[in-house]
Amino acid sequence: MTCATPLPCRPADFRSDVKPIWCPGCGDYHVLMAFTRAFAEIGVPPERMAVVSGIGCSSRIPAYTRCYGFHGVHGRGLAVAAGLKLARPDLTVVAASGDGDGYSIGGNHFLHACRRNVDFTYIVMDNHIYGMTKGQPSPTTEPDFDTALAPGGTGLRPFHPLVVALASGANFVARTFSGNIGETASIIAEAIRHPGFSFVEILSPCVTFRPDQKGWKDMVRPAPVKATDDPARAARRLMTDDGFVLGVLYRGNRRPYQPLEASRAGDLRTVEGDFEL
Amino acid sequence: MTEDAPQPATLADLYAIAYQIEADAVELYQLLADQMEIHNRPELATLFRDLERAEGLHRDDIARRAADPELEARARRVARWRITGSPEGADLASVHYQMSAHEALTLALAGEQRALQFFERLKSTGTDPEIRRFAAELAEEEAEHVALCRRLLQRYPAPDADTDLHDPDPPIQQE
Repeated sequence: MTCATPLPCRPADFRSDVKPIWCPGCGDYHVLMAFTRAFAEIGVPPERMAVVSGIGCSSRIPAYTRCYGFHGVHGRGLAVAAGLKLARPDLTVVAASGDGDGYSIGGNHFLHACRRNVDFTYIVMDNHIYGMTKGQPSPTTEPDFDTALAPGGTGLRPFHPLVVALASGANFVARTFSGNIGETASIIAEAIRHPGFSFVEILSPCVTFRPDQKGWKDMVRPAPVKATDDPARAARRLMTDDGFVLGVLYRGNRRPYQPLEASRAGDLRTVEGDFEL
Repeated sequence: MTEDAPQPATLADLYAIAYQIEADAVELYQLLADQMEIHNRPELATLFRDLERAEGLHRDDIARRAADPELEARARRVARWRITGSPEGADLASVHYQMSAHEALTLALAGEQRALQFFERLKSTGTDPEIRRFAAELAEEEAEHVALCRRLLQRYPAPDADTDLHDPDPPIQQE
């Protein structure tokens, strides 16, 4: 699984031979390209990286990379990623999800992953819909978006993932747009480098069930101000945000979570000792 | 030059940028060909593979002319579009499994035109005469590619307005 060329690795070194089966036009193709560019940029070889996911279109991404991968249980990618990072702190761990998997089924894991602040990166490809299971409204679907299951819309206030992440303790909060591939790759790389739990929301259009999202490329715009390390200021900005402001919004300084007995982790004699009755 | 685009400081940088533009195009067409294969559009998959091959030849030609053992590493360092991808990248959201050859070639034409525009700008704004000279050469090559796309577009004209564009496998929401 090492690079095909002498180090540093190229983006192509992180792509598997599996052909993606997303719909043509899906924003996740750009996210995959950004993933491999970001991975090449941070200079960690594929055998030192792990991509973990839950279930859904976006969660297919581990199969399309040549890193270690774990295509997990619906909504539970974060639990696997946190466990993996704590057990193998030498690995660079990236968890991937969609808005349904990450904010609905996995919503509780999201809160506590932010709170724990384990040192890994969480990428959510948000298309405001369940794509794989055929167009049901997700937690980020607009209240008036008409679907067969919710005629006239759900009438529910959409979940605001960035505010939730910030309030729950995420140490890095950013939003980007899949079509801005250069920016997306840079932000993913920065999120990986930033210590603690980094959360990146990527607006990634679903052209099949949300063809209206083709218009996102004209709606997104760069954040008018630089990222802050002040959570109160970041929260004020986010509360007035319309969901299309891009860039790094918050870079925190919280110390990443370390298990209290980290020094014992991996010490087989200690583990054996613990088994003594 | 747009704020987003890289600015070569040396001739070696310009080679690296030109190389990366073609390498990105190869990656894109490979991805599109794969998509069309998966979605049972063999004729479009072939078209994208041909475009991939053409861009690969151009990429390799630039590498040969650069004769720079550090070309790839330099390209990754220098050839960075801060926001968007490089000029020959495409708006993937415009791709559909039912797209026609005409639409695919229109996509390719748009990429070639952006690359042409990039080198044309560099030709007139480059800081060094060597850079301007090579940018002019690259612009000429891109102009040839634009002309090729236009010729191919004539070979594959837009479908008639009355062509049946019925989608035999439309997305169906759960009810």
